[in-house]
Amino acid sequence: MARTRIPLPVLAVASLVLVTTALAFVFFVAPNDANQGFSQRIFYFHVSIAITAYALFAGAAWKALRHLWKRDPRADLESYVFVHQGVIFGTLVLLTGSIWAKISWGRWWLWSSDQLVLFLVLFLFYCAYFMLRFSVDPGPQRANLSAVYALFGVVLIPVSFAAIRLAKDIIHPVVFTLKGPQFGGWILVTYCIAQVAVPVLAYTLYRLELSSKRLDIRLRDLREVLA
Amino acid sequence: MTTAEKYVTAAYCVVFALVLAYVLIMALKLQRLERDVDEIASRVSEENAEEAPREPAHVG
Repeated sequence: MARTRIPLPVLAVASLVLVTTALAFVFFVAPNDANQGFSQRIFYFHVSIAITAYALFAGAAWKALRHLWKRDPRADLESYVFVHQGVIFGTLVLLTGSIWAKISWGRWWLWSSDQLVLFLVLFLFYCAYFMLRFSVDPGPQRANLSAVYALFGVVLIPVSFAAIRLAKDIIHPVVFTLKGPQFGGWILVTYCIAQVAVPVLAYTLYRLELSSKRLDIRLRDLREVLA
Repeated sequence: MTTAEKYVTAAYCVVFALVLAYVLIMALKLQRLERDVDEIASRVSEENAEEAPREPAHVG
């Protein structure tokens, strides 16, 4: 069955509209937090980007599994692009998190926070994916090694996500518990808009990169045929 | 502008700058791909021109 995909220009327009709406809500609609004041506004994009980064790494693992299990010829490249996007969004998580930490805790980084350190471990693990991938010549061996590595990394996602809930000395705030989100009203509405906007933006960038990579491969093949 | 406002602005500027840098890199890559397509197209048209059958010449 042929897959129906949303055209890239439609995704680009949707990303632009959603991100603009989210920013408008963050700066003009959401009220100041009672404890943190204005600085809490980093939360909307920081958390959305973090969840998107987890989703991108999970996507990479899913595609890696498809490569190893179903031998899907497209899965290796898709897994690679997912990891690449995940690392970009992971960088954003670390940067926005550090800025927020500086305002809230007076420090850019806290090694005592399990959540921060485990996210850094996850991030570095996926950074090392590129070293592995580009140290092997293109071919089935590289695809298989990359897929196994991406699949192993998925174990770190629930560990990183659960660390904050399992840690006794909680520094990093917990806003989502088993009782639901610990906020409501316009803060929740703004968060929901940002949480939709950021994954749509990530998916648009993923599709853009995937298209350009596929075009690059097809052109290389064409050049070899002509040579 | 308060310190908190400066930091929040910096955080959102970082996000914007990184996404913009990524889009610019992708735009440059697409330009390169466009040049490659043009090069291949011109090579194909040159090869077609060389292989085109010649008109029989009338002798005498």
